[in-house]
Amino acid sequence: MTVVERSTLVEVGTSRPRKDGHEKLSGQAQYVGDMEMAGMLHGQVLRSPFAHARIRSIDARAALEMPGVAAVLTGADLEDIEPYYGHAIKDRPIVALDRVRFAGEPVAAVAAVDLATAEAAVRAIEVEYEELPVLGTLDQALAADAPRLHERRPKIGLFHGLGDLGEQEGNVCYHHVLTSGDVSAVRDRAAITVEGTYLFPAVYQYAMETHATIAHYHGDGVTLWANCQHPFLVQAEIADLFGLEIGSVRIVVPYLGGGFGSKSYTKMEPLTVALARKAGRPVRIVNRVEESMVTSRRHGMRCWMRTSAAADGTLLSREVHFWLDTGAYADNGPRVTATAADSAPGPYRWEAADVQGFCVYCNTPPSGSYRAFGATHLQWVGESQLDEVARRAGIDPLELRRRCLVLPGEPVRPDGSGKPLDADLVGDVEQAAAAVGWDEPRRPWVGRGVSVGLLAAGAHPVSRASIRLRSDGSADVYVGSTELGQGPRTVMAQIAAEGLGISSDLVQVWGADTRFTPYDRSTGASRSTTIAGLAVKRAADAVAERLRETAGEVFDVDPGLVGLVDGRAVFADQELSYPDLIARRFGFRGGEIVENGEVRPTGGGTGSYAEGPHFWEVCVAGAEVEVDPDTGVVTVLRTATVADVGKAINPQLVERQDEGATLQGIGNALFEEMRFVDGAVVNDNLLEYRVPRVADLPLGMRSIIVENADGPGPYGAKGCGEGAFAAVPAAIVCALADAGVPMNELPLTPERVWRRIQEMSSSQPMAQGSEI
Amino acid sequence: MDLALTVNGEEIRRSIEPNELLLDFLRERLGLTGAKRSCDVQVCGTCTVLVDGGPVSACTFLAADADGREVLTVEGFARSAQFARFEAAFMRHAALQCGYCTPGLLLTLKSLRDNGELSTEEAIRHGLDGNLCRCTGYRSILDAAREVAA
Repeated sequence: MTVVERSTLVEVGTSRPRKDGHEKLSGQAQYVGDMEMAGMLHGQVLRSPFAHARIRSIDARAALEMPGVAAVLTGADLEDIEPYYGHAIKDRPIVALDRVRFAGEPVAAVAAVDLATAEAAVRAIEVEYEELPVLGTLDQALAADAPRLHERRPKIGLFHGLGDLGEQEGNVCYHHVLTSGDVSAVRDRAAITVEGTYLFPAVYQYAMETHATIAHYHGDGVTLWANCQHPFLVQAEIADLFGLEIGSVRIVVPYLGGGFGSKSYTKMEPLTVALARKAGRPVRIVNRVEESMVTSRRHGMRCWMRTSAAADGTLLSREVHFWLDTGAYADNGPRVTATAADSAPGPYRWEAADVQGFCVYCNTPPSGSYRAFGATHLQWVGESQLDEVARRAGIDPLELRRRCLVLPGEPVRPDGSGKPLDADLVGDVEQAAAAVGWDEPRRPWVGRGVSVGLLAAGAHPVSRASIRLRSDGSADVYVGSTELGQGPRTVMAQIAAEGLGISSDLVQVWGADTRFTPYDRSTGASRSTTIAGLAVKRAADAVAERLRETAGEVFDVDPGLVGLVDGRAVFADQELSYPDLIARRFGFRGGEIVENGEVRPTGGGTGSYAEGPHFWEVCVAGAEVEVDPDTGVVTVLRTATVADVGKAINPQLVERQDEGATLQGIGNALFEEMRFVDGAVVNDNLLEYRVPRVADLPLGMRSIIVENADGPGPYGAKGCGEGAFAAVPAAIVCALADAGVPMNELPLTPERVWRRIQEMSSSQPMAQGSEI
Repeated sequence: MDLALTVNGEEIRRSIEPNELLLDFLRERLGLTGAKRSCDVQVCGTCTVLVDGGPVSACTFLAADADGREVLTVEGFARSAQFARFEAAFMRHAALQCGYCTPGLLLTLKSLRDNGELSTEEAIRHGLDGNLCRCTGYRSILDAAREVAA
C-alpha cells in the first residue's frame, strides 16, 4: 500500500510574490480617502488652539447659514448618548464638551458638500474659551498642586485587560508594578552600581496615509469604511457608544497606507459617526498630517534606572521607575505602560528587581501604540546600563550577555509569572554581533553595540478564520487581519494553500469586513501570522479533512490514508481532482466546502494582560556607528537585525519587515522628535519633523532570519517586525557609547552629541564610560 | 477658468478654480486616485505625477499650470509596455508594502530612467531621495531601481 504524503512544505517557507502587488503598483488599490459614496459629504474638524481651556460658548449660526453646509456637530448634539470612549479608560468625549485638554482636540465638526465649504464653515464657528493652566510636561502634571485633568474614579473601557484600576492618584492614570526579591539587600552586596536618568522623546508614527473614515448612519445602524487596524474592537466601541447592537455596526477595511500602531484601537471613527448621524448622509473625514500628529503618537518618557552587579559582572538587581506622557486621554497608555514594565528588566537573570511604571495625563495630544511600544522605551536604557556594567567589570559586553541572558524555558518576568522564554537569545545576539564585525579592529570614534530585549507579543489570542473551497478548486480565505503593508493577504494565502494542498495562486484572501469576516481581535502586537494564521491553518486542515472524507468514500479506504497534493486527492493509483471530488460530494458541479478555524486562550482566560504574553518577540540587533567629534554627527555604518521567527512563512516579507523597522529605528535614534511648547506640537509637518529617506540607509544592513520552530503559530511560526524597531536604536546607543560617547537622551542629534563630547572632555576625571 | 490638457494621453477640458491644485483636479474631478495625498508640503513624494515627462508634487502644483501640457499618472503608466518591466522588478524584490508611496515612486523612477538619470548608484540614490517610504527601509526599492536602470 502506498501512502502519498506531502513530506516537505511547498508554499510555507517560500518567498511568494505579494498578492496585492499588481493592484498597488498600478494605482488600483483603494484606500479610504480614494472612496466615495453616493451623496457623500466632506467633514472638517474644528480643533482647539489651546492645550487646556474651558469652553464658554460655541456659536455655529454663521457656519450653518453657509450654502452647502449640511450639519455642524458640537457637544450639544451628544446629549442622548454617553459620549465617552476609550478601550482602556472611557475618558475621552467624542468632541470636547465643556473643556479642552489638548491643543488640537476636536471641538466641533462640519459636514458640507465639498471640502472647501467645510473648511470655510469651520472658520466661521466662534468659540469662546477661558484658558486654564497648562500641564504641558510630566513635571507639571506630577506637581503636588497640579489640577486634575480627569475624575478620580476611571470608567473602565471594554478592553482594558488590566484588572481593577482603582482610584487615581493625581494625574497618574495607570500604575504598573513588577517586583521580586529584596532589592536593597541584594544591592548591598554589589561592587558595581550604574545609575542614571534618561529622556525619551515623543515621536510620530507617520503612516503615510493619514487617518480616514467614511461613516453612513442609516435606519439599520451604521456602516464605516475606516483605515483601522482593529475593526472588531472599533465595532464594539461604536456599538457601545451609540447604543447599537454589534451586528448593526459594519466596518469595512480596505488597504491601509501603513499603520505602525497609529491606527490601532478607536481614533477618528466616533466623531465621523456622530457627524454622519447629525447630517443624515454619508460623511468622509480625512485628516491632514498635522491632524494625525495630534490623533496618535508615541509616549515620551522619563526614566530612572539603577543596575547593580558583582565585581565579575554577575547581575544582581535592577530598579526602574518610569513615567510615560500619555497626553490628555489614556488611549493605549495603560497597556504601553504594562508592556514597558515587562521590557524594563531586560531578559536577564536578576536576584531582585523593582519596576514601577506610571502612565501620566498631560495637556498634550494623546499617545497610543507605536511598533514595539514599551520595548522601544526601555531597551536602550537597560542595554546602556548593561554595557556600563561590562565596562566596569572589564569584560566584553557580548560575553556578559552570554553569561546572564535568560535561557529557553526559564522565566522571563523576574516574578516568574507569564510565559517562560521561547527563544535562543544567546544564539541570536551572537549572530547580530558577528554581522557587525564584533571582533574586527576598531578605528577611533567608531563603536559597535549589540542589544537584546523581549517584547510581550500577541495581545489577546482570539482569532477565527473561514475558508471556502469552491467547486472549481479555488479557495477564499476570510480573516480579519488588516493589510497595512506587512503582507497578511500573501502569508495567509500561503498558510491556507499549504493546508489545502493547492497553489497559493488559487487562494484569495479578503480584507476585514465585520459583516462577513469572522472575528479577529486585532492587527498589531505581531500577532497576525502567529494567531490569525493558526486559525487559517486550522480552517484549512478542517477543509482537508472533508476532502479526505469524501475521497475515502470514493476510493473505499480509510480517509487518513488519502494524500492531498497539488489540487488532487490521491491514494495508491487512484486520484481525483478537487473539482471532481467536490462534485462527488454534492452530486453535481456545485456546492463548496466551508470550514472554520479558531484560536482562543487555553482554558478560556480572563483577558487579563498578566496572563500573557502569547509569545515573546525577540528584539535583537547589532550596530556599528561613527561619530564626528567636531560636529556631533552620528553615522550608522552597519546594522544587523535578527528575526527570530520560529518559521518564516515568507522569508522575503520577513526581511522587509526588519529592513523597514531598521530605517524607522535609525530615524528614532538619530533625529525623530515631536517638540512641544506649552503642550502644543510645534513641528507638526514633514518639513520640521524629519523621517528617514534613501540617504539615511546604512552602508551595510543585514536582516538575519532564525528558524527554530519554537513559536506557537502555524509551522512553529511567531511574529516579527516590531522587535528590530526596539533593538536597533538600543544597539546604536550602545555603539555610540562604545565609540566614547554615552548618551542618556534621544534622539542623538548632532548638537546633543556634540555637547556631550564637550562636557566629557571638560570634566575630570574623564574616564570613558563614566557614570551617566 | 478653462483648462485644457492631456491626461494619460486623453485630451481633457474642464472649468476649474484658479487656485485648484493638480492633485485635487486629478483625484476629485477625474477620479484618478493613484496619486496620493500625504505631507502637503512637497516632502514625501507620494503625490508625484509627471508633467511633460518631469516629476512634480501635485499637492503644491496648480492645475492651471498644467494647461496645454501632458500629465501622466500611474493609471496611464500602468497601461504602457514599459510598466511591465517596472512591475516585474518591484515584485521580484518585494519593493512595496502598504503601497501608498508606490505610484509616486514609480513615476519618479520612470522619469529618471527616461531622462538617463539612473546611470550610477549615486544618481539612483540621489534621484529617489525625494520619495519617502515608511515601510520598506528602501533597500528593496534601490534593488528594483537598479534592475529597471540596467
